[in-house]
Amino acid sequence: MFVGAVFFPLLGCLISGFLGRFIGDKAAQWTTVFFMVLAAACGVTAFIDVAFHESPRTELLLTWLDVGDMSFSWSLRFDTLSAVMVAMVTFISTFIHMYSVGYMSHDETTPRFFAYLSLFTFMMLMLVTADNLVQLFFGWEGIGLASYLLIGYWYEKESACKAAMKAFIVNRVGDLFFMLGMALTFWTFGSLEFGTIFAAIPQHLDDQILGFRSMEVIGVLLFLGACGKSAQLGLHTWLPDAMEGPTPVSALIHAATLVTAGVFLMARMSPVMEHAPYALGFVTVVGASTALFAATIGCVQNDIKRVIAYSTCSQLGYMFAAAGVGLYQASVFHLFTHAFFKALLFLSAGSVIHAMSDEQDIRKMGGIWKKIPVTYAMFWIGSLALAGIPIFAGYYSKDAILEGTIAAHTASGTYAFICLVLAAFLTAFYSWRLIIMTFHGKPRADHHTMEHVHESPAVMLVPLLVLSAGAILTGIVFAPHFIGHHQAEFWNGAIFNLPAKHMIEAMHHAPHWVPLMATTVAVSGIILAVLLYVVAPGVPGKLASTFGGVYRFLLNKWYFDELYDFLFVRPAQRLARGLWQTGDARIIDGMPNGMAALTAGVGRSAMRLQTGRVASYAFAMIIGLVVFVSLFLLGR
Amino acid sequence: MIAGLAFYLFAAILIACATMVVTSRNPVHSVLYLILGFFNAAGLFLLAGAEFLAMILVIVYVGAVAVLFLFVVMMLDIDFAKMREGFQRYAPFGAVVGGILFLELLMVMGTWQFSGDAAELRLSPVPGGVSNTVALGRVLYTDYVFLFQIAGLILLVAMMGAIVLTLRERPGTRRQVIEDQLAREGKVEILSVPSGKGIRELGIYRPLPKPEPAPKQVSHGHGHGHDDHGHGGHH
Amino acid sequence: MLEIGLGHYLTVSAILFVLGVFGIFLNRKNVIVIMMSIELILLSVNLNLVAFSSRLDDLAGQVFAMLILTVAAAEAAIGLAILVIYFRNRGSIEVEDISTLKG
Repeated sequence: MFVGAVFFPLLGCLISGFLGRFIGDKAAQWTTVFFMVLAAACGVTAFIDVAFHESPRTELLLTWLDVGDMSFSWSLRFDTLSAVMVAMVTFISTFIHMYSVGYMSHDETTPRFFAYLSLFTFMMLMLVTADNLVQLFFGWEGIGLASYLLIGYWYEKESACKAAMKAFIVNRVGDLFFMLGMALTFWTFGSLEFGTIFAAIPQHLDDQILGFRSMEVIGVLLFLGACGKSAQLGLHTWLPDAMEGPTPVSALIHAATLVTAGVFLMARMSPVMEHAPYALGFVTVVGASTALFAATIGCVQNDIKRVIAYSTCSQLGYMFAAAGVGLYQASVFHLFTHAFFKALLFLSAGSVIHAMSDEQDIRKMGGIWKKIPVTYAMFWIGSLALAGIPIFAGYYSKDAILEGTIAAHTASGTYAFICLVLAAFLTAFYSWRLIIMTFHGKPRADHHTMEHVHESPAVMLVPLLVLSAGAILTGIVFAPHFIGHHQAEFWNGAIFNLPAKHMIEAMHHAPHWVPLMATTVAVSGIILAVLLYVVAPGVPGKLASTFGGVYRFLLNKWYFDELYDFLFVRPAQRLARGLWQTGDARIIDGMPNGMAALTAGVGRSAMRLQTGRVASYAFAMIIGLVVFVSLFLLGR
Repeated sequence: MIAGLAFYLFAAILIACATMVVTSRNPVHSVLYLILGFFNAAGLFLLAGAEFLAMILVIVYVGAVAVLFLFVVMMLDIDFAKMREGFQRYAPFGAVVGGILFLELLMVMGTWQFSGDAAELRLSPVPGGVSNTVALGRVLYTDYVFLFQIAGLILLVAMMGAIVLTLRERPGTRRQVIEDQLAREGKVEILSVPSGKGIRELGIYRPLPKPEPAPKQVSHGHGHGHDDHGHGGHH
Repeated sequence: MLEIGLGHYLTVSAILFVLGVFGIFLNRKNVIVIMMSIELILLSVNLNLVAFSSRLDDLAGQVFAMLILTVAAAEAAIGLAILVIYFRNRGSIEVEDISTLKG
């Protein structure tokens, strides 16, 4: 069961990837879906078993490396944290596979696509079930690879290739820090096994490295690593561009799973992080800033998928802020609910795009809600959950995070609270802006497209319905377990909280106006959106022209791409060109080429010596003899 | 006294012959001088007490090698007069090189001496009371048997090499093909011959040999045909 | 003067050797004479070996002389065979024409 949950996707991937061309597109698709269903069944069973029957376990598969003091094994660690992730990943991945069958039906190389999807799922599962940092890193790089492959799936498009490379390279920056963090962890604890590390923490509390506490440095390094994968401020630039991939990919990777790897890492390393208060403060500030920053950009973007992408970025900021104040439970809970409603939103967006004949610009949509009512409803549910309206899943998790930040009673916590409340307002605003622009108003698409608007097939709608159920129910059902009074039994030690901080208790005793306020800002955001885009549709344009600077600043994503282009890409290009032209072409190529030229030259001169005439050779021999005898005589 | 005179005689003739070998215009003369020179060298060997080697020199060199040279010289159809062109061109150079070499050899001879224990360092001292041939035979088949065998092997290889090199299939020659004679199957047809009928009436005929393949036309840089030279000596 | 020593033999041998070398230079076109010159050189070596053998009363020198004879005979046979073949193919034995010995 535990092994199956992880390895069925790999099986599906191998069959689809290597045998896809023999068994045909249809068979390859349904094979992967079938294995994903199996994996999901295993995953959910494992979740119930581990989380509710309190039987965490570690399945040893085989020894991987055994070098000196280092010894790593392939093993599957199933505690509640892993089980939650496994269940969530397999469950959502299954429905995304299913949805893809419909969405990718016009594609020519579907087996490849499904192989990538399954590979990604497998790597993600490896990551979350890792028993040591090295295995986790394997999964970490694996999802990076799969993400690269999937973003660049339509490799004929130059923009897709570039986006894939960008994602890969930006992630590399994060990975560098992650590797440094791993190295330092090994340096400090002498092991990379989670169990060993966590057990050894008390002895190493006061270790120093370069004048800083090791714990703090490890925490910051691991967080910077997580920043890359989870698109936090500074390393977020790849996420919007990653929308070049097919929409199911966006849903699976860039909403539900891959980007949450960083959050998962924080939760997994909670015993270390808890002892690094400054690192945690840093995490909180960066997370909260990301939440607000991405939300501001989301308000002005015009690409339906990019808006959702920035909302993802923003929600990840929430999770990090929660992790930063020590509320890993709330963080993972938000991760869990977010996976459902963000996958729902993306898939609905995919459905819209599908209906609109691959149009993604919301300025060219509108007036289609009657033609695709199911998708419309799904979009509403997703947005309600995202905005954090009561009853919907997002409400519980978001509310918990807001309460946690205010209850932390620290400067960073207060800063985070303000940022997050503002972000919540903006989230509601841009969500409804998106809904109104997409579905309401007069049709802005051309006549031809409007005639083709149609509801998606059942194979795409069923996953939407299931995910919408998740978006409504997961909050209310799981809240007591994840963050409620049963959380201690539920987590069963998978997440560590400093006993002194009592974060869960503090969260429950947060001021009563906080949940009310969260709802209020969300509703006011919605009302503002309705006011601006339904009641007075002329106002946004006027605002944009009045505050042209601000508008362009936001539209261009705070000029981050340009800044990076100027700071890193251009110098790197110049350096690379210099290295290529002088270093490579002249010096490195010069050496063998020069040697070859020298040899050829010497050979050419020596060839003139070699006349091929036997007589000359005979003379040379005799003269040589004479010279030798002379040397012998003179040298005596 | 007699030995001394004989030595000078043999040595003078030997050197004169050697000079003639390298300078004579006709290679046939060269060979003949070479033979004379070998005879005199054999005489020098005799004086030095190596009778067996002297005889071997006469037999092997005069009887075999020199005659082989003579044979080849006469067999090849060469315009030797043309070969003399440019004869003098390298003479001064050769004289200089030879002179230097000779001087050096004299200098070597003038400066070396036997080491004091040369007598003890002998490999196989000459036994007393037996002739040179017997003494040589004793060491040759005992101490130096492997060298002897290898020398035999070298001769064998040289013989095979010479044969293989000069052997050629001449088209148009009839040879005995033993395997064709021995193979009965499919070669011999058995017919029932009624009595009183002639061979021609029966249609029995003697099979003609296969038509000869046309001689391969080989083109040479000098434009000569292939066969012409093979028979050159007989023209 | 009439007492014949090792030096006399060595002198004759040296003269013979130099004549052989000189012959190679002189007859640079005629392979046959070049081979004869080589025979002369080998003969001078034999003469040396025999002279030392008799001077030292050591039979090893004569054994080696015999081996040299053997090799010289073999060399002559092979050399002449090659010569015949070469002449058959090229119609010439001029050493100066033999210039195909380069890569």
